[in-house]
Order: sequence, then structure tokens, then C-alpha cells
Amino acid sequence: MHVTLTHYLIASAILFSFGLFAVMARRNAIMVLMGIELILNSANINFIAFAHYGGMHLDGQMAAIFVIILAACEAAVALAIVLNIYQQFNTVNVDEVDTLKD
Amino acid sequence: MLQSIIQSLQYIKPEAALTGTFLCAILADLIFKKKEITAGVVIAGILVTAVYVFQQIGESTSVFSRMLAVDPFAVFFKFLILLSALIIVFFSLFSNEVNNNKRRIGEYYSLLVAMAIGMFFMVGASNLLMMYLSLELTSISSYLLAGITKEARDSAEASLKYVIYGALSSGLMLYGISIVYGLTGVLDIYSVNSVLAQGGTNTITLLIAGTLIVAGFGYKISAVPFHFWTPDVYEGAPVSITAFLSVASKAAGFAMLMRFSKVVFIDSSVISLPAGMWATIHGVVWTDILIILSVITMTLGNLVAIWQDNVKRLLAYSSIAHAGYMLLGLVVLGNDGFAATMIYFVMYLFMNLGAFYVVMLVANKTGSEDIETYKGLGSRAPLLSVSMAIFLISLTGLPPTAGFVGKLYIFAALINAKLIWLAIIGVINSVISLYYYVRIFRNMFLRDAEGEQAPLTFHFAHTFLLLVLVVPTLALGLYFGPLVEFAQYSVAMFGVK
Repeated sequence: MHVTLTHYLIASAILFSFGLFAVMARRNAIMVLMGIELILNSANINFIAFAHYGGMHLDGQMAAIFVIILAACEAAVALAIVLNIYQQFNTVNVDEVDTLKD
Repeated sequence: MLQSIIQSLQYIKPEAALTGTFLCAILADLIFKKKEITAGVVIAGILVTAVYVFQQIGESTSVFSRMLAVDPFAVFFKFLILLSALIIVFFSLFSNEVNNNKRRIGEYYSLLVAMAIGMFFMVGASNLLMMYLSLELTSISSYLLAGITKEARDSAEASLKYVIYGALSSGLMLYGISIVYGLTGVLDIYSVNSVLAQGGTNTITLLIAGTLIVAGFGYKISAVPFHFWTPDVYEGAPVSITAFLSVASKAAGFAMLMRFSKVVFIDSSVISLPAGMWATIHGVVWTDILIILSVITMTLGNLVAIWQDNVKRLLAYSSIAHAGYMLLGLVVLGNDGFAATMIYFVMYLFMNLGAFYVVMLVANKTGSEDIETYKGLGSRAPLLSVSMAIFLISLTGLPPTAGFVGKLYIFAALINAKLIWLAIIGVINSVISLYYYVRIFRNMFLRDAEGEQAPLTFHFAHTFLLLVLVVPTLALGLYFGPLVEFAQYSVAMFGVK
């Protein structure tokens, strides 16, 4: 099978949807964060696929590298915050961490 | 290439000075372990940065292969960010909440500076990747700052909600950027504009990408429906951080959104319009998106604020509503509207920081942010109550305060652009907002204190900072000529006419 740009875009769209689903439906904070990682990586696939198949400059590849670094920073900070939540609430369920009223 | 990078370096002196401040704040904390010294280093750094920003007045250029623009527009917002950062440092020095965690004071001040660095890049970013990176730099520092008082459950919860909503919104924005990259093949916003102007782009795809990018901006300026984090984070975070998020972070988000709207979707070949007005590229419904965003933002913000009993939460919804008013200025798509939003921001800086400062002083003394605490405050702390009343009147937008002038320019710009119905919605919203501001007012002056009756006394420095915020709130309502001129001059962005 010949792999084209469309295949990559479909793969990335599926990954994006899974990510969004995880953020919306999962109640475990770690799972939510993993969903966000999926969204970031789906964008990365887009960037690289467009750069490769579109005959564009290296902008896309460069963007992907920056995003990988940024995702790592964000994961570090987010996990630290989740750890702190666990120490305070003894749970990482985002529904139970809801003391601030609406 | 190397030559151009070296030449570009001289244009990021303010950012470099802030980075230096960031490092010095960490060092000062390690060596001296005294909050006064760390804060002093930060204040000195902010003043040095202000000098460098001052030198940039009149510049209009683009540096680092068109990654960053250094233009009057960016300079205006840099001043705004520095001024609010300076005031916030003094807030923090007086805040019990912050001073109670002695071990993390150094981190607190250095992260505050890191946030300012991110905002400096946000206001100048002229490349989609740069926009995303600077947005994240600001966000990551603010996630940590929202949870800096780790022992408090509220603060921990605030930081969790902030990081989830923030990371999701910026992820959506990144996906939108990747689609725009696929459509146009470039990330530089000027090139994106010229590719879009040639036509032939799939409008549906562009609409989807545009909507995803709006999610990122909307989260930063807390516009509905990307506002869910705002009330919880504003309530849970320390007051000084809440105040900083509500002014500086919002200003940076607006600056980025304004540059994006003015550069990306404007068709510069349309010449039939009056001077200072712009048209969007054919087939792009950017104005409609902004109108919908602004109307639901101010209406929902004001309606929900009515039911709040925590003053910090009430001010959070009020700040959502204010984002709606400021978006009205963007709807106009003209120099008038943009200048109006920028004028509004200066007014908003003093009145909103002022209101949060009063909340902080009351919380310092009573330990509560509940609206019931404000009962009888008029007799217990007269100067504080009168100042709060002035801030609230200004937030409502009644003369003779700064808030009135801000709203006046926005509504005038709308009426000039024949969007009278939008101006009417804005005025109706201001009337609704009067209702909940008056609740605080009534508790302060018309209700008797329950329980504790003793007058509240404040340190001289605390009162002085209060006056520093009250005086401009009143003065800018009466004398605003130079400010208006400066804002109208600062509308100019690099690369667009």
C-alpha cells in the first residue's frame, strides 16, 4: 500500500479524537493528562506530514521538535500538581476534587 | 543569517533584562533567604526593563526572521505588563497568604518574572509557533503560581483545574495551527495572510482551524465558552496571583489576539473603506466569531456574577464580563476599536487591581473573602470602603471614574462602525453589573457589622499603595487626553498599514 498524506491526516485526526475523548470522559487526572499528550502528538503528526508531503520548508519539523520539548515541560508540571492533589485529597479523581463551589 | 540574529539581539533587551532578573531572584533567594531582598531584586529588574522598553518607543521592526515584532503596539502592552507586575510585587509583599510560606518565596517571585517574560514574547509574537510557545511559557508559570500555597486545598485544586483546562485549550490551539500550516505551508503570520489573500483556500477547513485557534486565545482572555477554569482558579489562587492573571495575563492574551486578527484575516487590497478601517478576507467569518464570543462572554459573566457570595469569585465573573466588553473593541476591526480596547485596559488595570487589593487587605485582617465580611466595613475602615466603592463604580462604568471613559470609547467606536445594537447590549450588561457591585456597596455602608466591631487599622505602606491605585482611577476619569493619544499612536503594528 502506498502511504500518502491523507493516511497521516486520518491517523492524526483519530489520535486527536481519542485525546479529546480521554479528556472529556476520563475521571482519573493521569488519564486526562495522557489525553492531552495525544492531542499534542496528533498536531505533531500533522506538522511533520505536511512538511514532508507538502514540499514545504522545515518549519513543520521545527515546530514538532519544539512541541515535544514543551509537552515534556507541561507533563512535568502537571504531574507535580497531580502529586500535590493526591497528597491533599488522597485521590486523583477529578470529580472528587471539587471543593470550590459553582 | 548569523548577522541578522546578532542584529536582532539588541531588540530583545527588555526580555533579556527580565531573564536576568529571573536568575538574580533565584540567586538572591538562595543567598539571603529574605523576602524583602528577593522582592527588591525583582523591583530593580522591572525598573531596568522599563528603561529598555522606553528605548523601544518609536521602533517598528521585526526580528529573528520575523518571529517577533518590535512595534508601538507591543511597547504599549509591555508597559502595561510591567506596571501591573510592579504593583503585584508590592501586593505580594503585603500579602499574608504569600508570606506565610517562607520556603517558597524565592520561587514565587522568580516565577512571577518568568510569567512576565512569557507575556513579553506573547505581545510581540508574529509567528504561529512563537505565539504557541510564548503562551505556554506564560501558562506553565501560572499553573505553578496558582498552586504556590501547596498546603491549602483550594490552591491545589485551582492549579489542577488550571492545568487541565489550560493544557487542553493550548492543545486545541496547536492542532488548529497545524491545520493552518497545512493549508498555507507557512507559520509566519504575514505569509499566512498573503497566502490566504490569494484565495483558493478551503473555507470550511479554515473555519475549523480558526475556531480551534480561538480556543487558545479564549482560554487566555477567559472568554465564554473557554472560561470554566476562571472562577475556580481565581477563587483558589492567592489574591496577588488572581489579580495578576486577571490583568496582565489577560492583556497579553488580548495583545496576541489583536495582532492575530489584524494581520491574518485582513485583506489589504480593499481600499474602498474609510481610513483606519479594515475588511476581512472574503469568505472568512472572523467578525461574526468575535461578535458571538463577546456577547455571550459579557452576558454570561454578568448574569452568573449576581449569584456569587465569595467576593473573589464575584470579581472573577466580573473579569469575564470585562473581557466581553474589551472584545467589543475588536469587533469593530478598525484603529478606533483597537485603541478603545487598549485605553480600556489601562483603566481596567487600576480599577481591577484596586478591587483585588481591597479584597486582599480585608482577607489579611479577617481571614475571609465572603461578602458577609464586608458588612459594616464602612464604619470599621472608612478609607478602605470608600476606595472599594470608587473601584466598583469604575468597574460598573459610571462617571467620573476611569471605567466610564474606557466604556465610552468602546461604545463610541461601535456606534461609529454602525454596530449600535452591540453598543446597546453592552450598556444593558453594564446595568446588570451594577446590581452585583451594589451588593458589596450595600454591605459596606448600609448594613451593621455582625460580631467583630473593632475598626481595622492598616500599615502606612498598605494605605499608600491603596492611594496609588485610587488616585489614577479617579484622575483618569477626568483627564485622559495624553493616554488616549498614546493609545491611538500605539495601534500601529509592524507590517500592516
